Amino acid sequence: MSELKLNAIGKSYGGVEILRDINIEVADGEFVVFVGPSGCGKSTLLRLIAGLEEISAGELAIGGRRVNELTPAERGIAMVFQSYALYPHMSVYQNMAFGLKLGREGKDAIDQKVRRAAEILQLNHLLERKPAALSGGQRQRVAIGRAIVRDPNVFLFDEPLSNLDAALRVQTRIEIAKLHQDLKATIIYVTHDQVEAMTLASKIVVLNKGRVEQVGAPLELYERPRNRFVAGFIGSPSMNFVPARVEAIADRGITVSLPGGAHATLPCAPSPARVGDEVTVGIRPEHLFEAGGAELQLSGTVEVVERLGDVSYVYFRLADGTALIARAEGTHAAQPGETVSVGSRAAHVHVFDGAGDALPRLDAPAPTRH
Amino acid sequence: MATRIADIFPARSVERGRSMIPKQAFGAGAVHAVLGAYTLIALFPIFLVLINAFKGRKAIFASPMALPGPDTFTLVGFESVLKRADFGNYFVNSLTVTLVALALVLVIGAMAAWAISEYRFRGNGVLWLYFTIGTMIPIRLGSVSILQLIVDLGLVNTLTALILVFVAQSLPLTVFILAEFMRTIPRDLKEAARCDGVSEYRIFFAVILPLIRPAVATVAVFTMIPIWNDLWFPLLLAPGEGTKTITLGVQAFVGQYVTDWSAVLAALTLAIIPIVVLYLIFSRQLIRGITAGAVK
Repeated sequence: MSELKLNAIGKSYGGVEILRDINIEVADGEFVVFVGPSGCGKSTLLRLIAGLEEISAGELAIGGRRVNELTPAERGIAMVFQSYALYPHMSVYQNMAFGLKLGREGKDAIDQKVRRAAEILQLNHLLERKPAALSGGQRQRVAIGRAIVRDPNVFLFDEPLSNLDAALRVQTRIEIAKLHQDLKATIIYVTHDQVEAMTLASKIVVLNKGRVEQVGAPLELYERPRNRFVAGFIGSPSMNFVPARVEAIADRGITVSLPGGAHATLPCAPSPARVGDEVTVGIRPEHLFEAGGAELQLSGTVEVVERLGDVSYVYFRLADGTALIARAEGTHAAQPGETVSVGSRAAHVHVFDGAGDALPRLDAPAPTRH
Repeated sequence: MATRIADIFPARSVERGRSMIPKQAFGAGAVHAVLGAYTLIALFPIFLVLINAFKGRKAIFASPMALPGPDTFTLVGFESVLKRADFGNYFVNSLTVTLVALALVLVIGAMAAWAISEYRFRGNGVLWLYFTIGTMIPIRLGSVSILQLIVDLGLVNTLTALILVFVAQSLPLTVFILAEFMRTIPRDLKEAARCDGVSEYRIFFAVILPLIRPAVATVAVFTMIPIWNDLWFPLLLAPGEGTKTITLGVQAFVGQYVTDWSAVLAALTLAIIPIVVLYLIFSRQLIRGITAGAVK
């Protein structure tokens, strides 16, 4: 079995604490993505799991066994690096076979493994080439092949798509997703790109400043961000934040006043909030411009309209200067300089308190409509 | 892997490229003229040795600059060199000392460089400093102590003494250069190998050494030539007939009153050959290493 358990993991260099109290459980066969802005410690966390850095605090267990003191190879992990890290003087075949020990396995067994991996990744015709003679996507596949032949308990991917161009990135992303389905392997994948995280993960771990902000399924993070950081990080374009003030508290929710004098009653648990509190209201661009039943109304001046064909992004500014983005239909008539009125259903609105934590909701979020 | 100037200062270098094309052409010409002049000056003594090796004593003194003509051409120098039976022995001695010392310097030096550049341990910095200082202090300053040490060890008049001293002489620069090259190897490559459970020895021999082959070839050339040409330590430590090296052996033709110039020059001509062969081998390695391809 290859489940992973991180128990209160910490890492510091000298006196500087990079990671603090990280608790994550990864089930066998799960695809977990660590995502966060650069410098959040996600790559360091991956290197701790790999055994390339020493763990300063806490316990790491793979398959129920403490592995803190084991070398990378003993942990049964295989890592795919951002730079591919192919040995430039070896052919593709040699690159993939290099980590397999001749002593333990016969030459034929190694050959079989390499050819099987090459077949999965469609590298058969490239086995004799040197890395310098391969394209970026092919090198990436060789790097993945090198991990596959080792038949590891856990695959670790460190930003594997960052060096590819946009088109190849999408294609390789899909290949990695397929690979996960075929191999049923446990995968931990680090990226700063929230689209990769959303599309690949069965579970996302959002990291920020060395702490776990939230762990959950992609849609869970999208619909129920625990705090303002996760809300802003997941989703593209990112969530709009509008300053507001709590006006009244009732059992069915709290009433807030918005810039421009509008009021809205939002279905949030009343307990932590108090009348007069400064809060932040978060609305995703795709939830503005909702026709019918919009309990929250805003209006502002259009600054820019980006027309992508299927959708248009309307950039506008409220009277108090808050900049917002709304996603409208591709044919929406908004023009720069015009005044635009938008609305959102209360069920799609998030409220964050002064510390940035989301106020607990009373209801399940309404299904997203596009 | 190489960073081009254009990557660092894109705007400035583009501007320069446009406005200074004639000047650049002139600059290239000047550079070639200087290099050409230097080549001529450097090669001239060797040229003199070569042409005079094929002339008799009289012809050498009559017109040292003249090429060997039909009436001056003679192999008398080579004959007298090859007639001395021990001359083959000198060659073998020189080759043994050079090749064994070279092999030891490269293996030990590369391993030391790997340890210093890759592993963090107590005294790493001090050791690095020690080797760096070693590149700056000429080993000959310690000749007296070295001689005493060799006498105490009972190694006088042995090739072992020469090999040990030459290894010591060449190690600092070797460690210095190879460590710098090893630092340029991407960390990911080593870590990928470690993740794959490859042993440190195998990482060193199968990944690191092939990647720094150009540096190893350079170091080999820089190490080999001074060892082959050295007169000082052979004279000091192993002047016995059985352990003479070729450079020391040539001195046999240099007398206090009479010098057999044909033989001296013929011996020197012969002494050039092995080193040129070795140099060609290493320079081929150098070029192959450069064209092997980068990481990305």
